Amino acid sequence: MAELAAPALARPGLDPRLLDLRRIAIVPALNEEANVARVIAELRAFDPGLEIVVVDDGSGDRTARVAADAGAHVLRLPFNLGIGGCVQTGYRYAFEHDFDLAVRVDGDGQHDPAELGRILAPVLDDEADIVVGSRFAGSEGYRSSRSRRVGIRLLSWVVSALVGQRVTDTTSGFQALNRHGIALFAADYPHDYPEVEATVMVVKHRLRLREVPVTMRERLAGRSSITAVRSIYYMVKVLLAIFVGIFRRNAVPLEEKR
Amino acid sequence: MTPLRVSIVSAIASILLLLVIFELIRSRRLRERYAILWLLTGLVILALSLWRGGLNTIAGWVGIETYPPAVLFAVGSLFILAVLLHYSTVISKLSDQNTILAQRLAILESELREERATAQPQGR
Repeated sequence: MAELAAPALARPGLDPRLLDLRRIAIVPALNEEANVARVIAELRAFDPGLEIVVVDDGSGDRTARVAADAGAHVLRLPFNLGIGGCVQTGYRYAFEHDFDLAVRVDGDGQHDPAELGRILAPVLDDEADIVVGSRFAGSEGYRSSRSRRVGIRLLSWVVSALVGQRVTDTTSGFQALNRHGIALFAADYPHDYPEVEATVMVVKHRLRLREVPVTMRERLAGRSSITAVRSIYYMVKVLLAIFVGIFRRNAVPLEEKR
Repeated sequence: MTPLRVSIVSAIASILLLLVIFELIRSRRLRERYAILWLLTGLVILALSLWRGGLNTIAGWVGIETYPPAVLFAVGSLFILAVLLHYSTVISKLSDQNTILAQRLAILESELREERATAQPQGR
C-alpha cells in the first residue's frame, strides 16, 4: 500500500516542501537484476518518504524479485510492452493513487537519484509541470557514438522548432512531473520510444516544460536495449509520429473526464 | 514505354493510399509502427509512377520487354506480401500475449475468490 510521507523520515538537506506532498518514483526496468536494487537504495537515500514503484517490463531475470526484496512496490507486466507502455503503467498507478508528484528514474542506474533535487526544484517552485534532466543543457560532455550524436542533434532541432523553445535532450527519461503532468501521461503516452513524442505532446497541451542540466552515468551493468538497426527504425518512426502529431487534436486528460 | 495514362492513374492511386494512411494515423486508428510498411508501399509505387524512365529501366533489368507497367504490379504485390507476412507475425505475438493474459486472469480470479471466502466470515 502507498504510505503517506512521514515527516520523521525526512533526510536533512531534503527540500521541506516535499514532505507535504505524496510523491512517487517510477522505475521502469527490463532485465536489470544487477542494477535495480542499487537504484532503489539510492532513491531511498535521497528521500526516505518516497514511494518507489518498479515496473518490470516482462523481464526474464530476477528483476521483480530483487526489487521487491529491496522494498519497492513492484508492478510486473505479464509480457514486454516496450518502454512506453511500461512507463505509462507507472503514471497510471501514480494517477489512480492520487500522487502529487512523480519522478521517473530508469532501472539501469544511468540516472543518479542524487541529482533529483535539481530536477524537482522547478516543479516545487511551480515554474514547470514537467522537468527533464538533460545531458546536453550544461557544459559537461556526454560520451556517445557519432551516429547517435547526429540523431540526437537532429531530433533536438526538430523538436525545438516545433515546440518553440530550446530542447537539448529529447530522449532523456530522467523526469519530474506534477499532478498535471501525471494526468496527461496517464491518459496518453506514446509507444516504443516515447520521450521525443512526449516532449512535443507536453507543450501542445500547454504544460510548462523545463530542462535542467544533469550528468548521467554509464549503465552500471548489462546491456542497453537499443541497437543500430533499431535506431534507424526509431528515427523514422519518431519523425513520422511527430509529423502526424502536428495535425492531431489534443487528447483529453483523464482528470477532466471524471 | 509505359502509357502516360497508366502512370497518371497509378500516381493518383498511390497518393490516395498515402492520404488514407495519414488520416488513419492522425485519428489514432493506425499506429505508426504498423503504418511504416504501408507508407513505404505508397511511396515506392508513387516514385515508380512519376519516374517513368526508371520504371522502363527496371523492366529491362528483370526481363519485361512487352509491358513495363507490369513492374508496378510486381512491386505492389511484393509489398502486399511483406505487409501480410508482417501482420502474421503480429497476430502470432498477439495470440501468445492473449493466452498469457487469460492465464494470469484465471489465477488472479481464483486467488481473489479464495481471499474473499476467508475474509467474509470474520468481516460479518
